[in-house]
Amino acid sequence: MAITGLMGFGFVIMHMLGNLQIYLGQNVEGIYALDQYAKNLRAFGPMLYVARFGLLTIVLLHIVAAFQLTKISHQGRPVKYYKTVATGSDYASRTMRVSGPIVLLFIIYHLLDFTFGNVNPNFHEGQVYANVLASFSNPLISLFYIVAMLSLGLHMYHGLWSLFQSLGANNTKYNDLIRKFALLATLVVVIGNISIPISVLIGVIKK
Amino acid sequence: MMNLVLYVWRQKNAQSQGQMVRYDAKNVSPDMSFLEMLDVINEELISKGQDPIAFDHDCREGICGSCGLMINGQAHGPKKATTTCQLHMRSFKDGDSIYIEPWRAKAFPVIKDLVVDRSSFDRIIQAGGYVSVSTGNAPDANSTPVPKTNADKAMDAASCIGCGACVASCPNSSAMLFTSAKIGHLGLLPQGQPERKERVLNMVTTMDKEGFGSCTNHRECEAACPKEITVDFIARMNRDYLWASLTYQKPSARGGGE
Ligand code: HEM
Ligand code: SF4
Ligand code: FES
Repeated sequence: MAITGLMGFGFVIMHMLGNLQIYLGQNVEGIYALDQYAKNLRAFGPMLYVARFGLLTIVLLHIVAAFQLTKISHQGRPVKYYKTVATGSDYASRTMRVSGPIVLLFIIYHLLDFTFGNVNPNFHEGQVYANVLASFSNPLISLFYIVAMLSLGLHMYHGLWSLFQSLGANNTKYNDLIRKFALLATLVVVIGNISIPISVLIGVIKK
Repeated sequence: MMNLVLYVWRQKNAQSQGQMVRYDAKNVSPDMSFLEMLDVINEELISKGQDPIAFDHDCREGICGSCGLMINGQAHGPKKATTTCQLHMRSFKDGDSIYIEPWRAKAFPVIKDLVVDRSSFDRIIQAGGYVSVSTGNAPDANSTPVPKTNADKAMDAASCIGCGACVASCPNSSAMLFTSAKIGHLGLLPQGQPERKERVLNMVTTMDKEGFGSCTNHRECEAACPKEITVDFIARMNRDYLWASLTYQKPSARGGGE
């Protein structure tokens, strides 16, 4: 769980850096930086498929581990309490089993939207900038992306702290720092990604 | 004086189905302890010829760990760093409803009413919560130096009274805080080093076998623990476990026989 989660986090950061190139607009030859970036990635050829396969494996292992953990925990308390009051946990930790599946739904939709183009209103392979614009011009799709990113944020905020604890990589000297790092990394990813649909909707990013 | 409404879990024995039963607690003094309040209710029940509410208790001063109750959804009630026996009725106000339930976990089956069987904790301890020492004269004091910070941390861990509030409060019913406190206590001291790897492997395996849930780092245990054991011990145990599973080798001496 912790190791696949950490890899997922690494992916999310890199992916966001890729996404933000949408703000770089066009170069002198009129090619969008984002399209160029996508083209460069494609130049990796077979390596790209190795990476995609790796990511798929990570997500699947993460989900299998989540099911196992959930099952063990449900078996651990056959009779429920009438009343419970949460005092130590936070909203993010209690909603991991909700935010995770929302992120999964998002990943599926996201691939259909920008990789395969099935649900994109106006999809042209390789024209990444235009595809993003086409999707996010629909406020409902933008809203879905925003909700998904907020869920990812909750998932990451707990996960990024939790994984240090699970791997035993903690030290009373650094515990506060780890929490701050989790918060900061979450804010960067959430704000970075959410800014894109918002920029499209308010017309900062346009044709 | 206060009047309270109690909803108490009543269950005849381990096999029977239980349910919440309402009792009116009249003229409760704020100076009573929570257990004394239950004693008074029980006196009334006995005088009416009814079965008193069974609850576990022994020292009534916060050191034996037997008195755990889930009070209004919080293990050992609303006060920080207190056991149920140290909780006083001044923590409640006139007219309050109080829900009183036993610890809920597969590994802590209810025996009767509010009493649960915590012998799963004993079996975790039997799996490695000890150090093997040869008998003989006691060694000289201070012949084994212990750094002060380690002695202090070991003492923090050793203050665990095995009450089970960590399991009761955990949304996953995990016993990580208890087990890690025991492992941390011995692992911080020189006397605990020889068996350190076997200890963590065996105790964690037993913990899993007993049917406790698995930790997802909610930190409810830390908030509920009457001795304020921190989840740092859980991380420490995870580290020990990882290291031990990578490096532990079974003894392989072939000569000499049994
Ligand atoms: C695809 C759908 C996903 C599901 C169903 C899912 C589910 C879960 C569950 C149930 C947990 C353990 C519960 C807990 O710690 O409270 C968890 C932990 C975690 N998740 Fe996810 N998750 C998903 C996607 C992701 C993604 C995309 C990332 C990367 C950003 C991620 C990162 C993490 C991390 C770092 C942890 C903590 C691991 C630990 O402490 O051992 N998850 N996830
Ligand atoms: S760790 Fe705390 S809550 Fe858990 S058994 Fe020990 S004293 Fe009780
Ligand atoms: S009765 Fe001993 S700790 Fe409460």
